[in-house]
Amino acid sequence: MGAARVQREDFDAAAEGRALTKGRYDIGALASFIGLCRDEGGRLAALEIEHYPGMAEAEIARVIAAAETRWPLLGVTVIHRHGAIKPGEQIVYVGVAAAHRGEAFAAAEMLIDYLKTGAPFWKRARGRDGTVGDWVEAQASDTAQAARWTKP
Amino acid sequence: MKALYFAWVRERIGANEEELAPPAEVATVGDLVAWLATRGENYAHAFEKPQVIRAALDRVHVGREAKIAGAREIALFPPMTGG
Repeated sequence: MGAARVQREDFDAAAEGRALTKGRYDIGALASFIGLCRDEGGRLAALEIEHYPGMAEAEIARVIAAAETRWPLLGVTVIHRHGAIKPGEQIVYVGVAAAHRGEAFAAAEMLIDYLKTGAPFWKRARGRDGTVGDWVEAQASDTAQAARWTKP
Repeated sequence: MKALYFAWVRERIGANEEELAPPAEVATVGDLVAWLATRGENYAHAFEKPQVIRAALDRVHVGREAKIAGAREIALFPPMTGG
């Protein structure tokens, strides 16, 4: 049973990794993924991330449960931030502990793919020129990435 | 039932949430979106492309054919862009 957290505050990825492996002697692999805010060639001042409180946590927990059904995992932590996030800052953390690297890498990739298309978060760009930009459009490539995991 | 709106659906409608009492013939999520679109220019703008609208009933993703009877909370929103 993994941990799903949705928070405004930043996170410490190294501390999250240590928490997953502390006191364990059965873990041989810890795969972690950190999603960061890009500046889009200098145009972006910040991303504003809106979420559906309650459902966001529940949806992440459902996807973690699906990953745990699919692979023998020994620990999962997913953190997704909301609110204003500046270029260079962290947005999302996925940490997966397992006996071997294969399932750790695969589960981490599945989790981030689902987060992009199935977790109720919406990004909007705020421009350096002070303009409130458009909502970020969903990418067909992200949907295709996530769909890979629904096939046998 | 309580309706929640997010991102540009929320902005176009001009409300985060509201209580809805749709007529009895509004049976599915798709019916509800079509009914909402008739309620004013703001709703018509929000739901001008109903095929892109995503929905959740009681915080679980559903398709447009899902029946809304018995749901306490329905959320309507654009495709998600998390991660």
